Amino acid sequence: MRRIISVLLENEAGALSRVVGLFAQRNYNIETLTVAPTEDPTLSRLTLTTVGDDRKIEQITKHLNKLIEVIKVVDLSEGEHVERELMLVKVKAVGAQRAEVKRTADIFRAQVVDVTGSAYTVQVTGSSDKLDAFIRAIGELSILEVVRSGVSGLSRGEKVVSL
Amino acid sequence: MNQPNLKKETIVERLSGGDMLIRALQDEGVDFIFGYPGGAALHIYDAIFKQQRVQHILVRHEQAATHMADGYARATGRPGVALVTSGPGATNAITGIATAFMDSIPMIVISGQVANDLIGTDSFQETDMVGISRPVVKHSFMVKSAAEIPSVVKKAFYIATTGRPGPVVIDVPKDTTDPSVLFDYVYPETVKMRSYSPATRGHSGQIRKAVDLLLAAKRPVVYAGGGVIQGEACEVLTELTRFLDFPITNTLMGLGCYPATDPLFLGMLGMHGTFEANMAMHHSDLILAVGARFDDRVTNDPEKFCPGARVIHIDVDPASISKIIEAEVPIVGPAEPVLRDMLALLRERLAAAPDLLDRAAHQQWREQIAGWRRQHGLDHHQLERAVPGVVIKPQAVVQCLYQVTDGEAYVTSDVGQHQMFAAQYYHFDAPRRWINSGGLGTMGFGLPSAMGVKLALPDAVVACVTGEGSIQMNIQELSTCAQYGLAVKVVNLNNQALGMVKQWQDMQYGGRHSHSTYQDSLPDFLRLVEAYGHVGIRVDEVGDLEPAMREAFSEKLKDRLVFLDVAVDPDEHVYPMAIKGGSMCDMFLSRTEQS
Ligand SMILES: Cc1ncc(C[n+]2csc(CCOP(=O)(O)OP(=O)(O)O)c2C)c(N)n1
Ligand SMILES: [Mg+2]
Repeated sequence: MRRIISVLLENEAGALSRVVGLFAQRNYNIETLTVAPTEDPTLSRLTLTTVGDDRKIEQITKHLNKLIEVIKVVDLSEGEHVERELMLVKVKAVGAQRAEVKRTADIFRAQVVDVTGSAYTVQVTGSSDKLDAFIRAIGELSILEVVRSGVSGLSRGEKVVSL
Repeated sequence: MNQPNLKKETIVERLSGGDMLIRALQDEGVDFIFGYPGGAALHIYDAIFKQQRVQHILVRHEQAATHMADGYARATGRPGVALVTSGPGATNAITGIATAFMDSIPMIVISGQVANDLIGTDSFQETDMVGISRPVVKHSFMVKSAAEIPSVVKKAFYIATTGRPGPVVIDVPKDTTDPSVLFDYVYPETVKMRSYSPATRGHSGQIRKAVDLLLAAKRPVVYAGGGVIQGEACEVLTELTRFLDFPITNTLMGLGCYPATDPLFLGMLGMHGTFEANMAMHHSDLILAVGARFDDRVTNDPEKFCPGARVIHIDVDPASISKIIEAEVPIVGPAEPVLRDMLALLRERLAAAPDLLDRAAHQQWREQIAGWRRQHGLDHHQLERAVPGVVIKPQAVVQCLYQVTDGEAYVTSDVGQHQMFAAQYYHFDAPRRWINSGGLGTMGFGLPSAMGVKLALPDAVVACVTGEGSIQMNIQELSTCAQYGLAVKVVNLNNQALGMVKQWQDMQYGGRHSHSTYQDSLPDFLRLVEAYGHVGIRVDEVGDLEPAMREAFSEKLKDRLVFLDVAVDPDEHVYPMAIKGGSMCDMFLSRTEQS
């Protein structure tokens, strides 16, 4: 099962490499990973998605918690949560394709953020599923390049992950 | 991370980074550093030269420095300290760091690093020590500026020694130890880290649940590991076990945490555990696991593990619980306070209702176990029955060592058959006496760890049970022993082969001994140790064994390193041995018998 794990950690050199190293060392896989400082610059917030059964996820969270620089670990997928991913797609856009791409972008509430005579760059945000759906809708053949941010997420309601 | 509180003292010393580092070690109460110098560490070495309180032991290979620090830590419970230079010094230390990591041994490894302005330029003797060591440390620090040295040292010791202990690396770029730049030296009194707070007590609700299970058990067994020793919980575990009259088994790492000569003790469990310990585990209805981690060398196939047993698991590391075997009652916390709370509650419950324990069932259970022991228990009388002229059994040598040292020695070992024979046949009645690399299985550990023990406890009798294969992995340390007069006794069970490898080849590869023998290339160990200035004794005949052993441990040779080279049966196997893929009760009992 796909899980979204959110980690609050010290914003220090080497902290990220310990998280990534842990996954490699214990044969866990990382599907997406995002990390950036929080409103408190001494802290970083890291979100990663991975797949595994309950047992594996329990081990992952325990081992993450053991890392000295990790302050909190939450499995967002355990409860209700909001997740977003941002994607930039460069799409072939010539002739009739131009209108078609624009129309598809509108359906997905995506924005065209750069335009040339033969290509559009489209920005899509939403759940990872929605981004996948956009790629299918555009059709792989017209896609020139894709970059995705990886998932970020927060739990719904008043619950917060903080110090 | 939060800065540790600073001492509010008035007189502040001005020290260089190098001096601060050594001064901080003094303030931590460090008495020995095991190390080897080199360019990046020279400022630190100069700081060592200028003081008396910390004694530096010059090894002959950095791996040995880490094993010495490790042996020191295992024998005393205090963190061992090693110091190496950058590059090859640092990489040579990795095996020892990994060894300590696998067995949760508190250790501080200080590595010199090239100066900050050279880092990343592939400069001479530069290696990314923090990167290379990352998977085998509890934590590591890269000193960014000299000013942070005292607080980094404080944190390093705190992390290494609390929670589940482990090695911590401090990588020190040369410019941060520059003797010409001075700083105010203040050693922090306390340390508080918002991201690190190990458990200090067990959850009382969980302890209550555990007590219910303990009281309801008909066929209980206590399964205790190295965490009991690390957690200083041997006394309370012994008290609790005796109070309940429960049979107890120890892991390879746990030997000594419960007195081996006590009738409730079943011996070691696992791959080469006793028949009765493995049978008791398999047929139990309750396992109280304390400071043990259901290692694959214990459980055999986890799917077939102890089918009728409910499991209580006490461990200070939550990640060890339900990793391999699901625990019905997990208790996260240090073994000592958890067991103490448990014992108090048991006493209270039994005082109110003494019949809560099914003593009749327990009696029957102990008799069943005694039956297993009579059937296939280890033969502890191989020495007495040894026949003159017949090749010496390695087990008999360990028995002889046990008798001659009155069971009081600190015994270190290497890895192989000799290690298993030592674990099976030397009865450890006290913790910290049995010192071996259980988790990583590091050949070359025995001699240097014995040296660390001897330095820590100069009056103790320290024996290293080794094999002719393992001893050659750190034999250069005989020179260090000569320099510091370290009178350890080396008992070499010389079977002229990588015996454990050969045993597997006998059992699983049709007896094809691929590269497990040396074709007459073994050194003459007597001349070798004499060349280093020590005493060598060779034993070929069983009649000479005991006199030679007595001589090695005699008053006359008290201050000498003695190397006892004993020719033992090259064809001996270690039994019992777990049958791969089976349950705990599936064992080879000899070349011809299975359970
Ligand atoms: C550094 C290292 N390399 C290889 C091994 C694999 N290994 C385990 S036991 C063993 C043989 C050890 O031979 P010896 O020290 O003579 O002990 P014996 O089994 O003969 O008693 C080997 C090679 C190991 N444990 N450690
Ligand atoms: Mg051998």
